[in-house]
Amino acid sequence: MRGEKQYSENRRQSTILFLIAAAVILAAVTVSGILLEERGMETDFSRTNLIPSVQYLFGTDWMGRDMLARTLAGLSLSIRIGLLTAVVSAGTALVLGTAAAVLGKKADAVISWCIDLVMGIPHILLVMLISIACGRGFAGVVAGVSLSHWPSLARVIRGEVLQLKSAPYILAAEKLGVSRFDIIRRHMAPHILPQFLTGMILLFPHAILHEASVTFLGFGLSSEQPAIGVILSESMRYLTTGKWWLALFPGLALVLTVILFAMLGERLRRLLDPASAHE
Amino acid sequence: MKLEARDVTFYYRGRKKAPVLEHFSISISSGERVGLKAPSGRGKTTLCRLLAGYERPAAGEVLLDGRQIRKYRGVCPVQMVWQHPETVADPLLTLGRTLNEAGAVEERLMDALHIEPGWLTRYPSELSGGELQRFCLARALHPAVRFLLCDEISAMLDLVTQAQIWNFLMEEAKERGLGLLVVSHDDALLEKVCTRVETMPWQT
Repeated sequence: MRGEKQYSENRRQSTILFLIAAAVILAAVTVSGILLEERGMETDFSRTNLIPSVQYLFGTDWMGRDMLARTLAGLSLSIRIGLLTAVVSAGTALVLGTAAAVLGKKADAVISWCIDLVMGIPHILLVMLISIACGRGFAGVVAGVSLSHWPSLARVIRGEVLQLKSAPYILAAEKLGVSRFDIIRRHMAPHILPQFLTGMILLFPHAILHEASVTFLGFGLSSEQPAIGVILSESMRYLTTGKWWLALFPGLALVLTVILFAMLGERLRRLLDPASAHE
Repeated sequence: MKLEARDVTFYYRGRKKAPVLEHFSISISSGERVGLKAPSGRGKTTLCRLLAGYERPAAGEVLLDGRQIRKYRGVCPVQMVWQHPETVADPLLTLGRTLNEAGAVEERLMDALHIEPGWLTRYPSELSGGELQRFCLARALHPAVRFLLCDEISAMLDLVTQAQIWNFLMEEAKERGLGLLVVSHDDALLEKVCTRVETMPWQT
């Protein structure tokens, strides 16, 4: 019964295990970061500039702050901002994409023009400008990232809804007297949901990276907040004096988090996409 | 009842200079079985879509008993059976759910079309074209339906199934007084099934 055993360990199950593991890790980072936020701000000048050791795994900085606590707190903040912005941009994309497809030619022209406009401006520039306009800080970063990341998903959803609207099985259902609500619920939502969910999860890594970079450049979160971008930009000044751990570990942690989110989204896409779901 | 297209002109978006149909008229009464033939690309399917109310003519009217076909709400009395059945069933729903959307289908139809109950728990990709086509017929023969537009419905079927389907459809049409529009390239079939055969005009 070798064949059966191989069959039982299929990709669907391994993907679900991976999804659960990734979600648990990210949730743990988020929660521990919230709990460690106080500790990450604590200064102690008897333990400045310590190299990573068993007691301080990521070392300490020039003010004697525990870098592990600071990294976790920063990541946690990044993940929370990422979640918020991804949900806001995905929601915007869903509403605008559907509106473009449903409300007729003029609405479509206007919305498509907006999509092209926002897509035409480099992301980082747009995030910076909006963030400054909104007074920087948490609100500025959230506004900047969520207002600049919706166009590509909106375009995908617009295309999908347009295609569905003229799909023969939906036309036939209409002619058989199926109500509009039932058509949306039974025929449209199941086709759009996978696109929407994967789009939303794949927005996280973008959002987190842009949050960190705009903060790094000084247009985002204020410097007293333990954000990854703040940590990285501060540690730049100490890199030349040989304090490599200040930038290495937080940077690595950021990259790992982003990769984890990207893998999560990619696996989810393969699972939900009809073209590869049965591989 | 009478289904008619009156002086219909139709073109697809952006193709105003090359209308698919120009001042075309046709009428089908209940109990009639009208054959329609024309070479490929002359608008047979487009005509079916117009008659079933999927498209709006640019000029002229499509009327069922004097009322515009697109004004009918609920189950449309004119149903079209598509040439490609695999596009007419939602790939993400089991056939049972698709079939029961417009109310349960009569047991009699299921038997007559040899639709096995086991199919209803399957997805459209798990049936063959011929099986799906019979399924689509059963769905289109809703009790409220008065006219059935058959767009090349048997082109992909083997001869035995073709014969079965047409025998069944002819009986069903007689019994319920259905009007049929039969689109086909098969002259023998049209001669056998139809009460009259129309040819679409085309420019050479």
